[in-house]
Parts: sequence; C-alpha cells; structure tokens
Amino acid sequence: MSDTETAELETFRNETRVWLEANCPPEMRKPATSDGDVFWGGRNAKFSSEPQRIWFERMRDKGWTVPDWPKEYGGGGLSAAEHKVLRAEMARMGARPPLSSFGIWMLGPALLKYGNEAQKKEHLPKIAAGLIRWCQGYSEPNAGSDLASLQTRAESDGDDFVITGSKIWTSYANYADWIFCLVRTDPAAKKHDGISFILFDMTSKGVTTKPILLISGYSPFCETFFDGVRVPKSHVVGTVNRGWDVAKYLLQHERAMISGMGERGVGRPLGQIAADSVGSDAQGKLDDSMLRGRIATFDVDEAALAACAERAVDLAKAGQAHPAFSSAMKYYGTELNKRRYEILMSAGGVDALEWESERSKQGARPRAWLRTKANSIEGGTTEVMLGIVAKRILDLPGA
Amino acid sequence: MALVLTEEQSMLRDSARGLISDKAPVSHLRHLRDSKDPTGFSKELWHSFAEMGFAGLLVPEEFGGSGLGFMEAGVVMEEIGRTLMPSPFLATSVVAASALNRGGNAAQKSEFLPKISNGSLLATLAIDEGAKHRPLQTSLQAVRAGNGFKLSGAKALVVDGHVSDLLIVAARTSGSAGEREGLTLFLVNPKAKGITVERTIMVDAHNAARIEFANVEVNADSVLGEVDQAANLLDGVLDIGRGAVAAEMVGLSDEVFNRTVEYLKNRKQFGKLIGEFQALQHRAAELYVDIEITRAATMKALQALDTDVAKAASAVAVAKARAGTTATRAVQEGVQMHGGMGMTDQFDIGFFMKRARVCEELFGDANYHTEQLARARGY
Repeated sequence: MSDTETAELETFRNETRVWLEANCPPEMRKPATSDGDVFWGGRNAKFSSEPQRIWFERMRDKGWTVPDWPKEYGGGGLSAAEHKVLRAEMARMGARPPLSSFGIWMLGPALLKYGNEAQKKEHLPKIAAGLIRWCQGYSEPNAGSDLASLQTRAESDGDDFVITGSKIWTSYANYADWIFCLVRTDPAAKKHDGISFILFDMTSKGVTTKPILLISGYSPFCETFFDGVRVPKSHVVGTVNRGWDVAKYLLQHERAMISGMGERGVGRPLGQIAADSVGSDAQGKLDDSMLRGRIATFDVDEAALAACAERAVDLAKAGQAHPAFSSAMKYYGTELNKRRYEILMSAGGVDALEWESERSKQGARPRAWLRTKANSIEGGTTEVMLGIVAKRILDLPGA
Repeated sequence: MALVLTEEQSMLRDSARGLISDKAPVSHLRHLRDSKDPTGFSKELWHSFAEMGFAGLLVPEEFGGSGLGFMEAGVVMEEIGRTLMPSPFLATSVVAASALNRGGNAAQKSEFLPKISNGSLLATLAIDEGAKHRPLQTSLQAVRAGNGFKLSGAKALVVDGHVSDLLIVAARTSGSAGEREGLTLFLVNPKAKGITVERTIMVDAHNAARIEFANVEVNADSVLGEVDQAANLLDGVLDIGRGAVAAEMVGLSDEVFNRTVEYLKNRKQFGKLIGEFQALQHRAAELYVDIEITRAATMKALQALDTDVAKAASAVAVAKARAGTTATRAVQEGVQMHGGMGMTDQFDIGFFMKRARVCEELFGDANYHTEQLARARGY
C-alpha cells in the first residue's frame, strides 16, 4: 500500500469513527440478546424500538447496510480496505449490524456475480434498503447433505416455469417476501447438470409454509410447499440448468456467514460469566479448575480462529484465497460455537436449566444451547465440510 | 496490516527455503546425529546464514544487521522447521540479539551485536532451572561481591549452551522464587572460572546443555538492563522466543502434514489408495484446518510483536499454546498414518515427532500459555 493510500485510509478511519459516534444510538452499541433485537427488514418489518429504526435508517441512507456493494445498487461503494476499517470501527464501539438479511449475506453476492443487469437493478436496491426479506429454498426432505439430488420440478410452459415440490429447513420462510430456490429443470440430465436457480414471490399462488417446532422450542425453520407455482423464466439467475454453479457460489457465502455466527469477542468473556455462577477463589481464579481449563482452552482456540478469519479476508483481498476455504472456517467455527454453549451450560449449572421463567428470560440460555446444535448441520454438515476440504483443498482421491 | 506475507517477505522465504532445503534437508540433521558431531550444527552453513543477512536479521543496521522485524524472523524459523535444521538462529539471532538490543547499553550493543551479525559470536539465554518453564521461579543466586556479583546455581535446557560464546543468565539478586522483583540478567563468559557446561544429548538431536555456576565472579558491567528489574525485559524477550518457536512449529507441522498427505495419495491397501478412506480423509482435513488456524494465530503474534506491543503477550500465548497442540497432533497423525514405516528410524517422520516434543517444552508448553491467557483475562 502506498503512503498516499495509507493516509487516505486513516482519514477514512477518522471520519468513520466521528460519524459512528455521532449517529449510532447508545442502545445499539450492545450485543443483541434476543430475536427482537435483530432487524430483518421486509414488507411486514416492524422496528422493536425507536433507536433500532434510527440506526437502520441512518446506515441505509449512507449505503452502509451493504457497505461494499456498488453505489448504483444501493451499496456504500467502499473498497475492501475501507470495508475492513468500517467493520473494525463498528466492532470497536460494539455497534450492531443495522440490518440482518439473507439477501445481504447470500443472494446479493450471487446476484452480483451471476445476475443480469435487470435482476441486479430490480433486487439489490430493495435488499440494501431492507424492503424485501428473502429466504433460501435449498434442502428437501430427501436432499440434505446430498443437495444435488433435489427433486422439486420446474416444468417449462411458454414464458413460465411451473414449480411443484417441497423444501425443508427453509429459514424464516413464514416471514419471507421472496425466495431464491433450486429447482430441477432437466430431470434427464446428470444430477448436478439439471438444476436452475430461480427467484419468486412467496405470495405467488400455490406457495404454503409450515413452521417446524425444534428442540429449542422455537420454529426458525419451515417446510415449504409449491403446488404449480407459476414463475416467469426471466427470474432464472444465470443459465438454465447451470444453477449448481450459482448454488455453490452462494453456499460459500452462507458458510462464511455461519462460521461468523459465534459471538466472537462480543459481550462478556466466558470466564467472567462462569465466575458469576461458580465463584472464584482468593486469587480470583474460577472455583472449578477443570471448567477454568476448558474455558481457557476455548479462549485460545477462539482467538486463533479470529486471526484465521482475519487472514482469510486478507488472503481473498490479495487474490490468494482457496475458494473452498470457507468450508474449513464453517467446520471449525460451528464446532467452536457448540463448545462455547456446552461451556455456558456447564458454567450455568442448575440456573441454566430453567425453561420457562422471567428469571431465565424464558430459558434463553438452554434454548440458545440447543439452537447451536444445528450450526454444524445447516449450510452443509461438518462431515460434508471435511469432505470438501479433503477433496478440493488436499486433493485426496475418491468420489 | 494484512496477515499475508508482503512481496519482500515472500522473497525472504524463498531465499531461506532455497538455502535450507538445498544445504540442510532432514538428512543433514541425521548426519550430525549419527556422526556425534561435536558442535551439533554446521559452521559453514552458519556463515552462509550470516552472509545472507540472516544472522543479524533482527539487529539494527547501525550494528551491521538487517534491521528486519519479527514477522521476518518467523519466516526464517518456519523454513528451519520444515527441515529441522539445527541452527544457532533461534538462540543467537532471535533471543540473544533481542535481549541485547532491548536491554543493552551502548557499550554492550556495540561490543556484541556486530559480532552476532557477522556470524562470529554465538549467544544464548539461560533461563530454565526446573523440569518446566517457570521464569519467575528463577532461583540461581547472584550475590553482591565487591564491585560485582557472584553467581551460584544451575540452568537446564540452555539451547546451544555448549557452543555459545556468551551466556545471558537470568539470576535472582533479591526476593524469592516466584516474585517479579529481584530478577537480573547477566552477560557471562562461559569460560569463566566456576562454570561447568554439560552438553545434553536430547531426544531431538538438537543442541542443549546443563550449566552449573559455582561462585562465578562477574563485574558490574556485565549486568544487562537494570538490577532487580529484569522481569519486563525478560517477558518481552521470552515472548519473542515463543513467537519464533511457534513459527518453527508451524513449519514443522506443515511439513509433516504435506508428507503425510503425499503418503495417503500413494500407499495402497485393500486394493485402493488409503487416501480414499473417509476415516483418514476427515482426520487429514481436521489437521489441515488446525494448522491453518495456528498459522494465522502465529502470524498475528509476530505482527503484534512488531507493531502492537500492548497486545503481544496475549497473542503470543495464543500462538504458542496452539502451536503446541497442533504440532503434537500433526506428528502423531503423521506417524500413525505412515503405519509401521512411521516407527522406523530410517524414515524421517520420527525426527519431526522428536523435535516437536522439544519445541513444546521450549519457553513454555501449551498448558503454561493457556494458563497465562486465563490469568490475563482475569478468571
């Protein structure tokens, strides 16, 4: 980086810090603790508080709901280096993301790479402005880890496809406005070659959703049914029957998103949370030496993973990243997050067992603990991730 | 600053790798071991290191060095780790040079640093006394006598101890074992009266010694830094050594891993390549991820030593703890996946396992550094 670039980046850092200090409401500078603290946007979106609304609108107006997207599509037009600075400054003050969205994390990057101009102009600005909430139609009852064996049919009928079949584990399908969906457009082709990636409105005739009750007591996922849903062919992203390319590209972003889900470096350190419940000795050490060791080992691994995540971004910027590395991060990040919650449950002891009380915030901890068990299943299981690393990065032989 | 090598650092890596893989493959270590070489390293190779500017890599240019940083030292250490090359680089060029550069007065720096840079002086830090690395437990006594001090006690695991021209000895001038106050560093000539050096042949066939001090007289000028106040200097110097050893362990782990993956792609059993078996594929993939995470943590630590001193201690603790567990896993998987071949002396993998074990103890093992992180975080 030249001296001029470094100086410009420092100016950007200073301006960003000043702007964030002036514009991020104090209430938005602490970690989200419940689902209501997260703003997902969409046609039926409601703000849970006034500060949430203010923060969202100010960031939206700067294009900073999607800081690195081009300005013409509602983004902030920041360079990779500027985006890193913005993230660091937001992390420094503990600022929440103003908008959470599968449109931002998954569909957006895929549209930027594979979408045509009309599709980008139609969808990206609405994602950036939080106007449309998206869901992901990937898994099916008989196509989980083996996603490419999916059977939802899209039959050609004039200018439309007619879609019939069902999806499962569709996150927040019951709240979503639109879906990006994998459908089989050529049943005769080899399984990876007959798939298309298509977008449609969830209010279309023939779409129904049914929430699935999980072990956490929540229903973040749905079964989604399509009964002769008519979708214009112009809604296919990329080439018909080449949807698997788009799907894989999007999965890389999904995996990066999931690996970042652990609340790394946010909120109170595990050691202090544990001290509240198990107590400390005269020297300030946790009164449970085995637990203390587990926490310390966890902290070592978490800090190391954070360095690796930072390096992954830097490698991508330098054009040296392996495209499958997000699978490595997804595997480790999700296993680590499960470990975090096992420790939290152990540290909480009896207090972490309450399921329905004001005191326990309706069992927030045990429900979150159970929720993390899905981390190493959703978006590709740990075993699938390890298989990808073995074959695509290590080039080991076999199917 | 990005966690990727700059162009200059990549060039440094390439030239270090070129020299080391050419002149000091694992067979070099094997030869030194089998011939019971009295110095335990190649002096000729050390001169090449000096000529290439590696011996004085961390030494400021005014003292004849290259004036580079810890990231660069880590780049060289990683290459040393790949072939297990026995080299004075760690003890002399990283640890001792840093101690002299940080703690030395003008006279000490100009006496010793140029000689380190040109490869004519070997130096080492004598710190450990017991079975485990516990710097604050230092109890080697330095008692005031006349204008100087008298040193009595013993040191263990002194890297390159039997070939060094200068010992940097951590001693207790006041207080008692466990206290930060009262530690002092001394520059000691190993030929001084009262010093007994016993070369210890180690499991890894690298150089180390036990050194005894019986009323060894040193003058007041031999104090490095301030009397009783060496703890901070020592922390900083040890962290530099830890970062460097972590880098060596990354190189070692990566090399074992590459050799193991190669084996999985060539060895056939049950009519197929063993690398086709999912049980082995997943273990290899897990190990790969472990190594990449440790690599990043080590780069982060070296970078912090260069630019962010306040965060360096924790970053180094993370890196050395991770390097210990990762290298241990890498060499165990290496031997296991090589099957019976991995158990033979004829095969190189065992050398890596032995070196990893020594690196793990050097400047604190994974438990030690995990404990340091817990303390730093206040629980």
